Amino acid sequence: MSKITGNEIIHQYLRHNKKFPHVLCAGCGHGIVLGTLIRSIHSLGIPKDDVVVVAGIGCSGRLAVYVDFNTVHTTHGRALTFATGIKMANPKLNVIALMGDGDALSIGGNHLIHAARRNIGVTALVLNNNIYGMTGGQSSPATPEGSVTMTNPYGQLDRSFDTVELAKGAGANYVARGTVFHVNRLEKIMTEAIGRPGFSLVEAITPCHTQFGRKNKYKSSVDMYKWLKSTAMSVDRYNELPEEKRGDRLPIGVFVDRDRPGFEEVYYAMQADFLKPTVKGGK
Amino acid sequence: MPRRKKRTEIFALGNEAVAEGALLAGCTFYGGYPITPSTEVMEIMANRLPKTEGGVFIQLEDEIASMGAVIGASLAGRKAMTATSGPGFSLMQENLGYAIMAETPMVLVNVMRGGPSTGLPTCPAQGDVQQARWGTHGDHPIIVLSASNVQECLDMTITAFNMAEKYRTPVILLLDEVTSHTREKIELPNPGEFEVFSRTVPSMPPEWYKPYEETVRGVPPMPPVGSGYRFHVTGLTHDRNGFPTQRPEEVVELMDRIHRKIDQFFYDIQLVEEIQTEDAEICVIAYGCVARSAELAVHQARQNGVKAGLLKLKTLFPYPRRHTEKVLAHAKTLIVPEMNMGQMSREVKRVTMGNAAVRTINRVDGQIVTPSEILKVIMQG
Repeated sequence: MSKITGNEIIHQYLRHNKKFPHVLCAGCGHGIVLGTLIRSIHSLGIPKDDVVVVAGIGCSGRLAVYVDFNTVHTTHGRALTFATGIKMANPKLNVIALMGDGDALSIGGNHLIHAARRNIGVTALVLNNNIYGMTGGQSSPATPEGSVTMTNPYGQLDRSFDTVELAKGAGANYVARGTVFHVNRLEKIMTEAIGRPGFSLVEAITPCHTQFGRKNKYKSSVDMYKWLKSTAMSVDRYNELPEEKRGDRLPIGVFVDRDRPGFEEVYYAMQADFLKPTVKGGK
Repeated sequence: MPRRKKRTEIFALGNEAVAEGALLAGCTFYGGYPITPSTEVMEIMANRLPKTEGGVFIQLEDEIASMGAVIGASLAGRKAMTATSGPGFSLMQENLGYAIMAETPMVLVNVMRGGPSTGLPTCPAQGDVQQARWGTHGDHPIIVLSASNVQECLDMTITAFNMAEKYRTPVILLLDEVTSHTREKIELPNPGEFEVFSRTVPSMPPEWYKPYEETVRGVPPMPPVGSGYRFHVTGLTHDRNGFPTQRPEEVVELMDRIHRKIDQFFYDIQLVEEIQTEDAEICVIAYGCVARSAELAVHQARQNGVKAGLLKLKTLFPYPRRHTEKVLAHAKTLIVPEMNMGQMSREVKRVTMGNAAVRTINRVDGQIVTPSEILKVIMQG
């Protein structure tokens, strides 16, 4: 028997009755993230029926339509709220919220903070391409300072958001960052994230050459992958670096790994206590 | 014949009756954010649902999240609801549109308060009537119900859940502060005394199932997420398989169906109470707490020899057109008292088409319309 290749795994999980080709640009990293997500679910052996992918709006939001799970394409920034309702209604489901950086950090920032604080058992996957891609390249909270966008023709003035620090501060159970260049590591942290109880967040750095790279210093999409390769470094090595040498380096890896039970577990345990048949007297 | 079991009588607030009605209708999910004057609904659900088998109560970070969670829970097969008031209702509008587009049953209770903006938080008003109809973007059908006393709060909440499930749509229960905060004796119906409708689930194997297929009633069956029927749910205009589409013929098919599934069942959806309307020459059309003032005014007018009647609207939208037309056979004047600048009188004028005089009584000062105010206008003819 021949070995099953990665492509064959992915084909089992795509919707072949759906309109292909997909909407993503050549050089986009979103497909790589979706591939790692599928392989993670496959390696965990979770049946398709038990997976719900809840997506927001934008390029990342469109990914849900291609995969053969239960998929919900929600309103802008609200994926986590829909995911919270689904998880509370049926805690057996593996709920994965797929969001972009604008989706998760800007319009959906409040929901992200509170999903983490509540520790609802949802895996949040933030596809950070530093820009509003589908809307035409306007700046997002994750756009690096100084970058040029459609709404920052003279350079981004405010500081860019650190998703990992935000999720840590809000109390997420598991927080990790990966890039689409470091695919195997991304797959590993995604598998871990899905397996953890409570709220877990994975930030996947994925390049948008069409809207971001082109206007900044990256001549081709390949340049953007080279940038990921040269910028990202493991969080352990990053922590050992002296402050002045850190510069623009991007730490990747696992930042928080706790084992607290999810909100739904705590809630249903309380309910089980209420519903316990009371033993009266007895003989 | 078996003797009817005696009903339990309780002394309840309108908001408490809403919560009781929801539990009787089989609601097992409440997601919300507190806001005056709707809060008691939430407080009772917070108390009761965790002690109910499988019941889920969750307080979310805001009204937008509440709507999202309620839609998510409904997709997962729960009967779900939320309650809010003016400003919160505005925040819910985008996701309300999503629920209409994705045909997700749910009940949204809006206890109206004075507006616009933060307005008169603890004063009654009926200023959200047109917001309930047109608050979200795009053309869409909607079911909006109302209640004018505490017993009706209970009954109409059950009706709201039944309609939501029957027609796969969000249903809005529009109350006012007076009705919500009035305490009256009501009877709780015994199980079996009222209809409880639950959504139709598909009976065909998953591979044959099309989530948005045309059916006789226009309402496709709806399986809970995770039950073996995998499909795509989206707020984008979608084809029968649930996938986004921009093909004109598929867009029109979807829009036609979601309108038709509500419009064609007007006899089931459009509920009114007719009080002395059979021979009324002057007919008052009212809803909510104003309908109670109107009822007294009509009785007093009859005592004075004026043939007055009251058409009490329990369904605000789709507007009960055929009931109004029936009244128009002999009524020369229609009087529409409201606690707003005339949001429902527009509908009445639209349906009347100049066949009768439409007089309006409007108050926006946070006070209710009194019986004597209405009587005065009736006596003027």
